Amino acid sequence: MAKVPVQFTLNGAEKAEFIDSGTTLLHALRDKIGDTSPKGGCHQGTCGACSVIIDGELRLSCLTLAETCNGATIATTTGLAEGGVLHPLQCAFLDAFATQCGFCTPGMIMAAKVLLDQTPNPSREDVVEALSGNICRCTGYEPIIQAVLSAARSNSQNAA
Amino acid sequence: MALALQTFATVKDAGAALKAAGARYLGGGTLVVRAANEGDVSISGFIRSTEPALSIIRISGGEVRIGASVTMAAVARHPDLATLAHAARAVGGPAIRNMASVGGNLFAPTPYGDFTVALLALDATVSTDDGELPIETFLAKRESNHAIVTAVGFTLPKEGGFRFLKVSRVKPKGISVLSIATVLEHAPDGTVSSARIALGCMADRPIRARAAEKALIGRELTSEGIAPALAVARDGTSPRTDPIASAWYRNEVLPVHLGRLLLA
Repeated sequence: MAKVPVQFTLNGAEKAEFIDSGTTLLHALRDKIGDTSPKGGCHQGTCGACSVIIDGELRLSCLTLAETCNGATIATTTGLAEGGVLHPLQCAFLDAFATQCGFCTPGMIMAAKVLLDQTPNPSREDVVEALSGNICRCTGYEPIIQAVLSAARSNSQNAA
Repeated sequence: MALALQTFATVKDAGAALKAAGARYLGGGTLVVRAANEGDVSISGFIRSTEPALSIIRISGGEVRIGASVTMAAVARHPDLATLAHAARAVGGPAIRNMASVGGNLFAPTPYGDFTVALLALDATVSTDDGELPIETFLAKRESNHAIVTAVGFTLPKEGGFRFLKVSRVKPKGISVLSIATVLEHAPDGTVSSARIALGCMADRPIRARAAEKALIGRELTSEGIAPALAVARDGTSPRTDPIASAWYRNEVLPVHLGRLLLA
């Protein structure tokens, strides 16, 4: 099969690859570019483990074809830490024991990041809604909800 | 092995390419990429069009035209489509709503396709590259229709005239046990003068509850007034049994939820 070029910005860095036409973004990120933070869970759009942020919107990389992302700006969990310092959401997830097996965590964090970017002081209902497309089979969700609320409070305090 | 994607600037060119055996139109990807990931061997490749008109919402004089590529999230946040926001938000979680398109939802099999239930109650018109069809006609033949859906059009209902309910076991995002949409108009004396009721998950695709619609005409929206409509709500339904609910359960709870929606 003929290769096709794809080019996008991933976590602030320009990426260009030749891929098989029809390759999913998840496959391109993990197996071509080497960013394994998005996880392949169900490949059906059900679990949310592959969630990434494309041009500011949360999307599922398992159902997105990489070619449709030409020119896009993509963010994954890999790009959240700066200079070795974890993102407030990552710290909050650790502090609240919101990650156990860890498989859902990158998707959860990206879903939470979009929420906090758009709604800096979310209600509990906002958090539940924002995470409603992401499945966790370990935590029972409550520690995750508390982690996101904690990160929001932390951001507010830092901004004050 | 990946299935090749062909992108065309115009719907016309995409339509020509779609005639190839096994070619499937790619909207948001939440149905066809999902099917390909699941191993649907009937798919030989993806076709899409980037024609700008597919992504535009036009509202003029109460007439709405939503391009087929418009996402559920775009409908939900449109200030002039607040009436429909609830139905658009009923589809999937946030990521799915950023991807799933209005055109694609027309093809979503039961138990999905909640937004199409709303469009059916609104008596929408489906525009394709091969002409326009009433939504009910389109849905009846959607598997054999190989035209590309370009837009849906409908008249905005009067204030409070549109109601929508999705019943699911998981909140806030769960797959439908059933969904109901109604568009009602009232006579000056308060009785129902016109009724359209659409049901999701009560057949293999969204259907109208014709008997219930007829039984509502001339009635008031009171417990007593809607009783005849609830008594015939199940007429013509043939729900499926799936992991979400049994056909028996869906039939049992339909009148209960229709009653709640009508009295809300």
